[in-house]
Parts: sequence; structure tokens; C-alpha cells
Amino acid sequence: MILRDIAHSRTGDKGDISNISVIAFDPKDYPAIARSVTAEKVKALFKGIVHGEVKRYEIPSLGALNFVMQRALGGGVTRSLALDAHGKCLSSAILELDIDEK
Amino acid sequence: MRTIRIGSGAGYSGDRIEPAVELAEKGDIHYLSFECLAERTIAIAQQAKLNDPSKGYDPLLAERMRAVLGPCHAKGIKILTNMGAANPAAAAAMIQGVARELGLTGLKIAAVAGDDVLDELKKGGYSITESGEPVASLAGKLVSANAYLGIAPLVEALRNGADIVVTGRVADPALFLAPLVHEFGWAMDDWDKLGKGTAVGHLLECAGQVTGGYFADPGPKTVEGLARLGFPIAEVGEDGSFVITKVQGSGGAVTESTCKEQLLYEIHDPAAYYTPDVVADFSKITVRQAGPDRVAVTGASGRPRPDDLKVSVGYIDGYIGEGQISYAGPNAVARGRLALSIVAERLKSTNVATSELRFDLIGVDSIHGPALAARHPEPYEVRARIAGRTDSMKEAVRIGNEVETLYTNGPASGGGAFKSARQVVAMLSALMPRGKVVPTIQYVEV
Repeated sequence: MILRDIAHSRTGDKGDISNISVIAFDPKDYPAIARSVTAEKVKALFKGIVHGEVKRYEIPSLGALNFVMQRALGGGVTRSLALDAHGKCLSSAILELDIDEK
Repeated sequence: MRTIRIGSGAGYSGDRIEPAVELAEKGDIHYLSFECLAERTIAIAQQAKLNDPSKGYDPLLAERMRAVLGPCHAKGIKILTNMGAANPAAAAAMIQGVARELGLTGLKIAAVAGDDVLDELKKGGYSITESGEPVASLAGKLVSANAYLGIAPLVEALRNGADIVVTGRVADPALFLAPLVHEFGWAMDDWDKLGKGTAVGHLLECAGQVTGGYFADPGPKTVEGLARLGFPIAEVGEDGSFVITKVQGSGGAVTESTCKEQLLYEIHDPAAYYTPDVVADFSKITVRQAGPDRVAVTGASGRPRPDDLKVSVGYIDGYIGEGQISYAGPNAVARGRLALSIVAERLKSTNVATSELRFDLIGVDSIHGPALAARHPEPYEVRARIAGRTDSMKEAVRIGNEVETLYTNGPASGGGAFKSARQVVAMLSALMPRGKVVPTIQYVEV
């Protein structure tokens, strides 16, 4: 199972910081997501893209996680050379993460 | 309980105009707010104002106002917008002109300024938040510095009977929070209510992003009628409880899922969302589907506002040159990679001066790099893209030229070459004590 089967996601940008939400479609899947999708895993997934710290916030009332990633947008949205300067597509990449079904 | 209905007429400067007209005509709303000022937009507007003192406001201002002023005037809907950008006074004059053109009378327009703090920032003692360097390190390159104003001048303008409030840089949620504070008489230190009103603003400020826009993924996240996407309405009670909805019959959807995605959009610590008016706490919010396209949102709160205001600093950050060319059919990826390597070698051998270069194969690895792309099969077509940062326009132009010349000097069957070169206005931020920022209000009438 991959994350996309049980969750959806949206990316936001501020300067060189990107945040990605991961939201369970069904709140009963939130514990599994919280167990599986760690800051370390996200940092490893975005190796070469995200150069700074990845911090995870938990919002159980929404069945959601929020990852805040430093130095993630090529030096900042307004100066990045990247085609997707805002990092808007990052939310689709995170949904490919494998989920531990145990 | 008394409720106020606020519509969101735009989520960014270039947003669609028709949904705002639909809101004005059929939304049964009291207020219509337009958030149109991205970080960089105000710096570019400042450059426009330097070239022509009567300019510097949003380029679509006249078109938007021409579309909505009639129905808003007829129904008594008040308008708030940051389309004043670098020149709210000129924007107010433009709106006055549009109102006259439409034959409307009895309108009071308030222009809120005072967000331009470039002179104060240059006086010294300030540092750049991102780097810790003194602002003086950007000397000669500074274009603009605008403090994020809070709701105070907007509320004052509404109290003085303004029908339209046009501002420069204000906190985005302020365009939605101000009418609530004005209507319900919430105290400026009622942090709990201000936190709730900030949640309203945060959910509405990107317009279609909470009604199914930026959400659809055919299959797991199907959205009906996206082409006719309706913009959102918040129905807010005096106690700060609220429902997000949209015009009946419009396209899109308001669901728990669309609201959750927008709640966390551009949020860092959900327990501490900083605005000039309150530090809002969204960490205990719950959403509940209360009917078709109706979602009730509860549990937002707030803590005392910060002492300092955030200042958005615009500066000239060199130039970017870019070129692209496509390859298709068998072996397209190999020809694309050959194209990239040829341009890399030519830029080096002809001494094009760049401080940063980027080589992408669009369709393969341009968005997330080679590691994530390796899990997927090769595409039928690719587009080679080279972008580089330079100190001059002349050098930036040379990058695109070396891509275009691949037509006759590169791999077989390259097509659709494109090149561009532009000056970069980049943004950083600083903090300024709120006492140094003095909002002003000017009124014009029709």
C-alpha cells in the first residue's frame, strides 16, 4: 500500500520553506499514517531537494500531519531556477511513500 | 444568532473574474474580499510606480471593478481588497473613475496606506530574517519594503462608512477579519475571536482552493463541475463559529477534505499562525459536513498578537536566462540528455558567466530530480531545459541562445525551442517594531 491509497496532500510555500500536509481520507487510518510517515522518511524521500531540517506537526483533530521543510525551494520561490519554483508538485511525490500495514 | 456572509472574490492577482460576479449576484453576501497581492507582486508594483507615479496598483483592478461594482452597489455589498499594491491612493482614484463610468453614485472609497516602510528600513539597525545579515548588505539593490498591516485601519475605514476599502500590503486574513470585527464589535484583544476570524480569513483567502480547486485528482478526489468552480462564502456567527459554503449550483465542492487541505496550506506550526492581529491556533480545529457543500468549522483560538510586524523586502537579485527544446519518439530521452550536455559544454567553452546553472529533462526529472524519477518508465517525449543565474541581462540572453542554436547544431529532430531572459526581483523579510509603522486612510467619494 502507498500513502495515496489512504491520504491526500497539499503543498504550501513561504520563501525557501515548503510545507506539506498529509491528511487521512478516513480518520481511522490516521494512527497508521502517523506511525509510518516520519520526518526522517520524508527527509530521505526528498534527499537532493530538501537541504534543511524537516519538522513534523501532528493535528489529530483533522487526522493530519504537517511537514515543514527548510531550504526546500532552491533558495526561495522568488529566485529559484526550478521549473516548479513553488514546489507545488511535492505533495504528489509524498503520496508515493510506502505505508506499513501492520 | 446574527450571522455575516463574506465571499472571496479572488485568490491571486490573475484569478478568474466570473466567480466573483456570481458571488455578488447570487451569493447573498454582505462583504466581498479580493486577496490579490503575492509577496513579489508589491515589489514589481513599486517598480511600476517609480516609472509612472499614477501606476503601481493591480493591473486587473479596473477590469475586476467593472465586473462587480454594479451588482455590489445594487445589493449594498462592501468590498475589501489589497489590489492597491504599491499605490492604494491611485487605485482608489481608478475605482472612482470606474464607478463614474458605470453611472454609480453614493460610494465612499477608502485607501489604506502606510505599509511602505522602505525609508525606515534603510535607516539601519534592521536585519534580514532569513540570513541574519544587516539590511545594508542589500544596499543599492533594495526595491521595496512593506510591513504587513493588521485590521485596525480597515475597521476604522468601515466604521467611517467606506463601501470599498483598497489597501497595499496587509495580512491576507485581515481582508476577512476586519468586516467581522466591525460588524460584531469584537474587541481588538479578544484573542479567541480574532483567532476564529483568522481561520475564516485563512480558509477564504485563496478563493477556489477551498471549493475544490487545486484539489481534484480523478479517481480518489473527483470534483464535479470544476470548469464552473464557484468561489467560497463564509457564514460567520457573532460567537466566531462559522460554515464554509458556496453559491448553490456553482461547480466544485465544499467538503471536510477540501477544508482540511486549505486549513494547512502555507501553515508551519498549526498552533502558532502569526498575523499582525493575533497568533492564531488551528491545532485543535475540527470540521464537520453540515449539509451539501456546507462545512462547519470549530475549535480555532488565539493568543496575544506579536510586538513586531513582518516586513516584506524586495530586491534585485540578478538575472535568469532560460531555454527549452523538445524531443519525441524513439530514443527521445537520450537525445534530450545529449542536448543538455552539449549546452553545458558550450556555455563553458564560450565563458558565459553564471553563478548557478540547472539542467532538466522535462517529462523525466525536472520536478523532483533523478532519484524519484527512476521509479517510473521512460516517456514518449521530453523537453530539455537549461536555466542559469547571471549578473547581467547580456549574459542571461546567451543561455537561451545556446539552447535555440540546438536546432541546427544539436541532436536530431529538436523542435519547439523557446528562450527567455528576465531580471529577478526576489523577496526576503525583516521584523519591525509596530510603533514604527503608521497606517493612513484617505477617502474619495462618488
